[in-house]
Amino acid sequence: MEAEGRVPGPPLPPLPSGGGGGGAGAEPEPPACAAGAARAPPPAAGVLEFDDEEDDLEVFSKDASLAEANSFSPSMPISPSSMINQYKFEDEPELRDLFITVDDPESHVTAIETFITYRVVTKTSRSEFDSSEYEVRRRYQDFLWLKSKLEEAHPTLIIPPLPEKFIMKGMVERFSDEFIETRRKALHKFLNRIADHPTLTFNEDFKIFLTAQAWELSSHKKQGPGLLSRMGQTVRAVASSVRGGVKNRPEMFTEMNDYMETFSQKINVLDKIAHRIYKEEREYFNEMKEYGPIHTLWSASEEDIADSLKGVASCIDKCCKATEKRMAGLSENLLPIIHEYVLYSEILMGVLKRRDQIQGELDSKVDALANRKAEKDLITEEIGKLEDKVECANNALKADWDRWKQNMQYDMRSAFTNVAENNLHYYEECLATWESFLTSQTADLHVEEDSEDRP
Amino acid sequence: MEDCLSKKIEITVSEAEKRTGRNAMNMQETYTAYLIETRAVESQNEGQCSPVDSLWRRYSEFELLRNYLLVTYPHIVVPPLPEKRADFVWHKLSADNMDPDFVERRRIGLENFLLRVASHPVLCQDNIFYSFLTQEGGWKEMVNETGFQLKADSRLKALNATFRVKNPDKRFTELKHYSDELQSVISHLLRVRARVADRLYGVYKVHGNYGRVFSEWSAIEKEMGDGLQSAGHHMDVYAASIDDILEEEEHYADQLKEYLFYAEALRAVCRKHELMQYDLEMAAQDLTSKKQQCEELATGTVRTFSLKGMTSKLFGQETPEQREAKIKVLEEQIQEGEEQLKSKNLEGRDFVKSAWADIERFKEQKNHDLKEALISYAVMQISMCKKGIQVWTNAKECFSKM
Repeated sequence: MEAEGRVPGPPLPPLPSGGGGGGAGAEPEPPACAAGAARAPPPAAGVLEFDDEEDDLEVFSKDASLAEANSFSPSMPISPSSMINQYKFEDEPELRDLFITVDDPESHVTAIETFITYRVVTKTSRSEFDSSEYEVRRRYQDFLWLKSKLEEAHPTLIIPPLPEKFIMKGMVERFSDEFIETRRKALHKFLNRIADHPTLTFNEDFKIFLTAQAWELSSHKKQGPGLLSRMGQTVRAVASSVRGGVKNRPEMFTEMNDYMETFSQKINVLDKIAHRIYKEEREYFNEMKEYGPIHTLWSASEEDIADSLKGVASCIDKCCKATEKRMAGLSENLLPIIHEYVLYSEILMGVLKRRDQIQGELDSKVDALANRKAEKDLITEEIGKLEDKVECANNALKADWDRWKQNMQYDMRSAFTNVAENNLHYYEECLATWESFLTSQTADLHVEEDSEDRP
Repeated sequence: MEDCLSKKIEITVSEAEKRTGRNAMNMQETYTAYLIETRAVESQNEGQCSPVDSLWRRYSEFELLRNYLLVTYPHIVVPPLPEKRADFVWHKLSADNMDPDFVERRRIGLENFLLRVASHPVLCQDNIFYSFLTQEGGWKEMVNETGFQLKADSRLKALNATFRVKNPDKRFTELKHYSDELQSVISHLLRVRARVADRLYGVYKVHGNYGRVFSEWSAIEKEMGDGLQSAGHHMDVYAASIDDILEEEEHYADQLKEYLFYAEALRAVCRKHELMQYDLEMAAQDLTSKKQQCEELATGTVRTFSLKGMTSKLFGQETPEQREAKIKVLEEQIQEGEEQLKSKNLEGRDFVKSAWADIERFKEQKNHDLKEALISYAVMQISMCKKGIQVWTNAKECFSKM
């Protein structure tokens, strides 16, 4: 059992303190390595709220503007209480009753290993919770556990993505500040997406994750379907995955499958493109840094044109800073979102497979019925249960799919709009800089001309 | 002051043509020929169109003309030619001399050279220059007949020689430093500019990849499809826009390059002064030593060590007749030397005066041109920003409809 005592590890820098507004200034330096790093996901929101019962789903669509007063902004770890204040109450005041933040990464060193824990703070008004506020510390492993429990309990629901275990490309050190911050943002988003999901939010393991102290969580983890039964599930799953459930698959799910295959391809290409753009912008920035100062150097040898040269130097430097901002915007918004959807596409393929597996179980039982007339009643009963199971699974997936698609649309729209805005700001800033330089230069010329006219 | 040639005739280098021919070693070669057109400037009368004269010249002939001018007018900052080979290229630009873009830029540079010479108060009056513009055949022979080649060789040697001048005109020393600095800083600037252009090209072009992906993605989307598709189109426009932007910037780079090469011309004038000054100092030194020798012979005292003195001590004194003869020779030499020194002094002062006048003229031209170039650079940046704003405004609208 890991010792969670505060053995002082390498001190981590304090995260930027919360405050409203866009986080262009959140990262002081451009990330050292872009490729492959899981960047922080910005707010997902655009949430549809569901009725409590799974079977009878009523969909209320929330006003999209509500989503923008977002509690999801992980770049500023806003405390749960301030999140409550930020939230606009419209038709259904009790819509959000669970607020979670993930912050304060801390390093722990034991004899065996070094790992990071994150503080998870929960504020809630739900009656199922004994208290209204909780503060626990969790490590990445715990998040993995939660995800797998959710997948187990809800095989055909779309469980949000977790940041990856390792970064394959790029030379980001496992415990670099950048890596930790990126992961923290992603974990924050992960929990909030679950909190926001009409079904998952009431999952028992989720509640335990948020509230249990370290030792409680450990002992809870050891309970539940043991390793063997889990293995059994896996075996069955593998068995029925072989051409299971595809034969009688409803049209709708085949469409989903086709969609996901293409979507998955495209999102992966987009991921590459976005990273490439970041890389090019960074290289451009690096060259620009050298470009401005040369003009200043030159101005030292000149008299008449010294001011013009210094003016150009200053313009280039300003544009250089503007480019840095543009880069930061890319790495804080577009890159993480696209990366998330790369992960989502894998998740969705998995969900579709699991639905097929459940279908496969039913199909094989039906086949069995046809062959063995002896245990007819028993098998018929089992078939009844499985039919229910399939129907549940299908409905759950269908609803979650619609919800996912809507979220995806919102996320993509806002991410790309944000990119366009960043570029607009960039060009507008550069334009203003050069225009003011031009004005100063041509004003000088007019002054010179005037003075020449005078006798 | 007499009007410059540029006010009397219009000069253009209007065309460039690929030619093949045989060179001096009878080997086949490909080169580019440039068409120089000249026309008398009309005096405000429309409808009176003066005839256009034209002839073809190749780059090497321009070089010949310039070398002639350099040698013949050492006190003038002679305008430079556009570069012989493409330098400071960034990856998309070709370093090939036959590349059409390079040829086009060279055409403009050659025209600029001719205009500079034609508007120079001194150079424009040169006959060889005038013939270059107007006389196709026999021009080369005419140039060679001036005998400038001999001077050219010694000039080249002088430019490369190292020697110490004791009392140069301080202004020229400073100017030489300035020209070195100018050369160094402009080279550096051009190198970095080329790298920046390269990177900028990369940023724009990568955005072009969006177009295809968006299009393919839009095929599977219902609501998002239109927004994606049209946004993709704008990304294509964005990616394509960089070509024109960077082409324009090449002209700016050429303007800077001209002054990079001008720095060399400036340096040459300074060196000429140093050369003349050195020559003068050597002549003065020589004169002084001859006078001393004379004095020694006359008075019989040896103040300075000389091999002759030693040998005469060792091998016996000269006869009075021998000494008289020597003194006479020396006196003649001294007189000659003094006259030479006088004329060298005069030459030196004239050179300094006329060179400095041209340098002042050059300085004003340089300040004016560079300031304008910087302004034009700003204008280019503004244009680029405006294009960017337009594209991204359109893209934003499309994205918001996704």
